[in-house]
Amino acid sequence: MRRTSPTPTAGRMAEDGGDPSERPGGSDPMEDPLEDHQRTTVMVGSTSALSSRLEVSVAETEKRNGKNAMNMQETFTVYLVETRPMELLADGRLPAPDSLWRRYSEFDILRSYLLVTYPAIVVSPLPEKRAEFVWHKLSADNMDPDFVERRRVGLENFLQRVTSHPVLSHDNILYQFLTEEHGWKEAVYDTGFQDKADSRLRALSATFRVRNPDKRFVEMKHYSDELQSHTSQLLRARARVADRLYGVYKVHGNYGRVFSEWSVLEKQMGDGLQSAGHHMDAYAASIDDILEEAEHYGDQLKEYLFYAEALRAVCRKHELSQYELELAGQDLLSKKQQREELATGSVRTFSLKGMTSKLFGQEAPEQREARLHLLEEQISEGEQAVEERRSECQVHVGGAWVDVQRFRQQKDRDIREALIGYALMQISMCKKGVQMWSNTKECFLKM
Amino acid sequence: MSAAPVLSGDLEEDLDLEEDEDLEVFSKNPSLAVGSSVSSSVVQGALVHSPGALVRSSGSMVNQYGLEEEEEEEARGGVPTKDLFVTVDHPESHVTAIETFIVYRVLARTTRGDFDSSEYEVHRRYQDFLWLRGKLEEAHPTLIIHPLPEKFVMKGLVERFSEDFIETRRRALQTFLSKTAEHQLLSRSPQLKVFLTEQDLTAIKKQGPSFLSRMGDSVRAAAIAVRGVRARPQEFGAMQDYADEFSCKMSALDKVTQRIIKEQNEYLEELSQYRPLYSQWAELEVDLSEPLRGVAGCLDLCGRETEEQLRHLTEVLQPTLHQYLLCSDTLKTVLRRRDHIQAEFEAKNDALASSAASKKGDLETLKEEAAGLEERVEAANSALKGDWARWGDAMRTDLREALVSTADKNQDYYEKCLAVWETFLLSQKTPPGQEEDGLRPTK
Repeated sequence: MRRTSPTPTAGRMAEDGGDPSERPGGSDPMEDPLEDHQRTTVMVGSTSALSSRLEVSVAETEKRNGKNAMNMQETFTVYLVETRPMELLADGRLPAPDSLWRRYSEFDILRSYLLVTYPAIVVSPLPEKRAEFVWHKLSADNMDPDFVERRRVGLENFLQRVTSHPVLSHDNILYQFLTEEHGWKEAVYDTGFQDKADSRLRALSATFRVRNPDKRFVEMKHYSDELQSHTSQLLRARARVADRLYGVYKVHGNYGRVFSEWSVLEKQMGDGLQSAGHHMDAYAASIDDILEEAEHYGDQLKEYLFYAEALRAVCRKHELSQYELELAGQDLLSKKQQREELATGSVRTFSLKGMTSKLFGQEAPEQREARLHLLEEQISEGEQAVEERRSECQVHVGGAWVDVQRFRQQKDRDIREALIGYALMQISMCKKGVQMWSNTKECFLKM
Repeated sequence: MSAAPVLSGDLEEDLDLEEDEDLEVFSKNPSLAVGSSVSSSVVQGALVHSPGALVRSSGSMVNQYGLEEEEEEEARGGVPTKDLFVTVDHPESHVTAIETFIVYRVLARTTRGDFDSSEYEVHRRYQDFLWLRGKLEEAHPTLIIHPLPEKFVMKGLVERFSEDFIETRRRALQTFLSKTAEHQLLSRSPQLKVFLTEQDLTAIKKQGPSFLSRMGDSVRAAAIAVRGVRARPQEFGAMQDYADEFSCKMSALDKVTQRIIKEQNEYLEELSQYRPLYSQWAELEVDLSEPLRGVAGCLDLCGRETEEQLRHLTEVLQPTLHQYLLCSDTLKTVLRRRDHIQAEFEAKNDALASSAASKKGDLETLKEEAAGLEERVEAANSALKGDWARWGDAMRTDLREALVSTADKNQDYYEKCLAVWETFLLSQKTPPGQEEDGLRPTK
């Protein structure tokens, strides 16, 4: 049975996208200072998300054989991405869906592209690469059909989330991913997104050296760490509990065996024991389905475990852009101080030029003029750089803060829904248990 | 209560009343059972009873059984009226210079005429129960007497004086005494009366010719064991098969139940680690705090229900299964004794047949002895058959009750957990901030 992930309604997404008129200057945030190439990737037109016009799903999976990068044979899974426009045809029917096959690695590239291109957005995570937090019976094999099925659901969830995002859904590369089987990879690499990725080292030093990050983002980063910690602990403990519960149920299967054997021995109690034995076997077998269904809850928690990382990435991007702004500011300041010294002749800051001029005498006025002129140029460039960095930073903060709010609301909704789902699973399990033991009791009474 | 049994060395060993007996595994020693299985009235060497008395006592056993059968038939119309009620409670530690042991209070209430009073209170230790059961076995070698809890065996971390161990033992002692008091024949035993009424058991434990007869009997029993029984009636063969099979099944059930208890305990352990993670997460969140705490609360309540269910397993099902496991050993023992009684008779018959009619006097003696043994065999067989039926009924009732009770408790457990989660679900149906009157804007 296929499970489709919850899709937020188009209406709600339009709300979350924010009223463009609220923005300072009244301009659409997407058209504001984006780099040139990004502008061409944005689809001009409607402000509503793609998902309101296009139904997206990951319908099927298949195994393929092919050669990998090292020219070795490998088996991999492909996923069928189906899209169907929501406009009715002339005769009132929905058009037939288009589809194409994608591998997990292609989804991964798409996401990396989105992360780099939209650093102010908390980008939905993909389902995990390898099965983690497995309780012992659950397979950690990537080829295991149950794992593939859960991954299919996860990939569908990912696509539905990005296609309903107010910003991400307008991306052209995303659209091509959904509609163009061949040539998509070239297109995405052509954007040069890989070069634009921030160097890890730079991001790390920003974290340590930034002086005045926006307090909200400091808090948000702290929250993302905590969220990650709590969800991962919960997932680990849940797996252990599942393991133990499995043990309890399975041992009851032994009752089934012994009751059956014992029933042969007893004349009066035989029938009752025999049927009780069957119920015990059924009870022991029931745990497999129960725990398999419970994996859905685990997947929901995992999504937010990975979301925590995406949230942290947005906060770090802020730290980086704030740091770069501060660096530009410091650079400008030092240049201005140099100009002052040169103009007034006073040496306030130590510089080699200053020392040498002290030792060897002042330089010629023409040289001084030349240097002053150079400095003025540099200062004007520096001021421009500061302005650019400042506006970059502000744009990022603005966009990020909006998306962080959207993310928080989505998280609260989703987790609450997950907890309700968890309760429903528990209820289903308890109902089965009541039935099972009531039947068994009837058998015992007949003994 | 004495501090230590004052007996000579040999007899101490025979009677196995050493101070550290609690540390040994009890009663799996067939030779001991065989030694006491031969009726106390059969003697060799130091004659205490005359052969005449031999016949009489066997005869009286048959008569006794006949009487009881009538009474049972009378009572079969309705519930047999209990006229002797016993309880075992108030375990207390008793410390002396040499040892420490637990003493239990034994209360008896009765309407019987042969008791001087209607209420008795005495104090007994585990050894006293052993003594009583031993005496009952001597007097009724082929009756199926309920087992006593096992002696303490050092197993892992279980303490000899731990509350759980003492409580489990107390319940088993209670069951033993109740079943004995309910048993038509056993409840008339003079040793039972003494056990329930005498303040000081020590003097009584010391006396009795049974020591000597037991010594003689074990020698004789050894001789017979070599030959074994020849023509065992088919029905007893069937009983033997049943006893063997039943023993296997009980052992298996006992093990499975222990395993379930172990797994359940480990599940509870993991649950206790899992549950607080929800509360901890709740502290981080604002809107999610309430449902997260809700889930933590549900897990807490369900955890307590699981503990209850586990307690029921440990206190009701497990002890019952274990007692019937011990019973299965008693079955085998009783069948063995019956076989020995028959073997004895067969041996006497052989002696009769093989010995030339040397002395007329001897032949007469042998004939009388053979006749006596034949009656003993018949008595033993009747006693066993009757008690086998009684035991079978009791076994089915007890096990059925225990299993029904367990299934009922399990069903109750799931019903309670169901209610807990449904309550939580209900609380989530109307999330805070979304009013249905439309006056407040939705968040």
